[in-house]
Amino acid sequence: MPDLGLEVLLKGQNMERLLIGLLAALKISLVSVAVSLPLGILLGTLMTWKNPFIKAVLRVYLEIIRIMPQMVLLFLVFFGTTRAFGWDLSGESASVIVFSLWGTAEMSDLVRGALISIPLHQYESGEALGLSKVQIYRYIVVPQTLRRLIPLSINLITRMIKTTSLVLMIGVVEILKVAQQIIEANRTASPNAAFGIYLVVFLLYFFACWPISVAARYLEKRWR
Amino acid sequence: MAGPLLQDVPGQDIACGQALLTMEHVTKRFEESLILDDISLTIQKGEVIVLVGSSGCGKSTMLRCINALEPIQGGIIRLGEEQIDPKSRGLTSIRQKIGMVFQSYELFPHMTVLDNILLAPMKVQKRKKADITEEAVILLERVGLKEKAGCFPRQLSGGQKQRVAIVRALCMHPELMLFDEVTAALDPEMVREVLDVILALAAQGRTMLIVTHEMQFARAVADRVLFLDKGKIIENAPPEEFFENPKTERAKQFLNTFSFETVKGKDKQGK
Repeated sequence: MPDLGLEVLLKGQNMERLLIGLLAALKISLVSVAVSLPLGILLGTLMTWKNPFIKAVLRVYLEIIRIMPQMVLLFLVFFGTTRAFGWDLSGESASVIVFSLWGTAEMSDLVRGALISIPLHQYESGEALGLSKVQIYRYIVVPQTLRRLIPLSINLITRMIKTTSLVLMIGVVEILKVAQQIIEANRTASPNAAFGIYLVVFLLYFFACWPISVAARYLEKRWR
Repeated sequence: MAGPLLQDVPGQDIACGQALLTMEHVTKRFEESLILDDISLTIQKGEVIVLVGSSGCGKSTMLRCINALEPIQGGIIRLGEEQIDPKSRGLTSIRQKIGMVFQSYELFPHMTVLDNILLAPMKVQKRKKADITEEAVILLERVGLKEKAGCFPRQLSGGQKQRVAIVRALCMHPELMLFDEVTAALDPEMVREVLDVILALAAQGRTMLIVTHEMQFARAVADRVLFLDKGKIIENAPPEEFFENPKTERAKQFLNTFSFETVKGKDKQGK
């Protein structure tokens, strides 16, 4: 067994600091998820409408957000807008804005895809039974869409959690940043700590995302 | 399965011999092409009409227009006294009086068989769940599917799904039933079980408009056969007459595609 430098975790409040860092990362991602899911559902539904103007605007938004690397978006919002508009934006707020923009775009595309995958015949079958438009959505289209959305949106949520590791680039102290600080501080005392600490970081990310995957699998089974 | 099936189903309170469905000079276009060309037709209460014709002749479109799933460009369709118009406010109430069964069943995949049947009577007609459940179970039993009430559509065969779809439509107590090639997607062995249900419905005097490619069945069930060609009704006759002595050349051609001449004997004579 090589020396993993795990004893560093027990020094001072290092473990506690790592956990606080994890919480910072989770806070940014979960707030963004909470904004993205409803907004994405709204925009995704709008994308299935026939209005060409709304469609074009949403398409452009989706493509821009998709093509731009998240890091560039973070820099643009954190350094670019603060300079250009002269406002004072914290790193956390900038991160939440960027991740919400990104999550909303991705979610809207998932919702659009799930909605158009419901065959036209399902709507007609409901119409033929005398159901109103609202009832067709409520009892037929939305439940089926949600079932299709669950695995897709879980994938998105875990991706959002993992991608928060980028926010250290705009000075937000989250789990990865804390890990770097700890490793840096103990470089001479335990040079091997990089391995142990990053391993712990890996495990912490895993335990943050795993319950979400488990919940998704449960829902998929129940709603199959 | 034949016999007095589904007999106590209410929903037929118009006196016999009265026109239930009237179509006057109905025209339907998809962009440039004319799908229904000046169709006029009256269906009496209790009549079973079978609509035949080659594919693309407008049969399915005609059913869809009757249920206002497609707008029409000219003419009037009436159920009793009420006009059927996709834009009218009373559309959902008139649709309740028309039951439609589709080729691809179109059960709702996320609901059990029973929930599929209960949805519209509960949400549209606001009837009591217990009453409809009781009726649904009786109907399911009569089509041989009582034990499938708690199953999901994916657990059923095509023929079973189609029988559920028929029960689902019947539970709304429709005055008119539309069947759109309901056996076209089924394996040959499953066709019979579905057609038997429709035959039983005919026997109890339901008004039905049936699109089918099963000519034997058409002959057995129909009071009148309509032959549709290029959007026009070119034959309108009792089944015996239509199948024995079709008036038009087009209908003769069409019927010929369903019969095969024996080739074996001739072959031998030739040699």
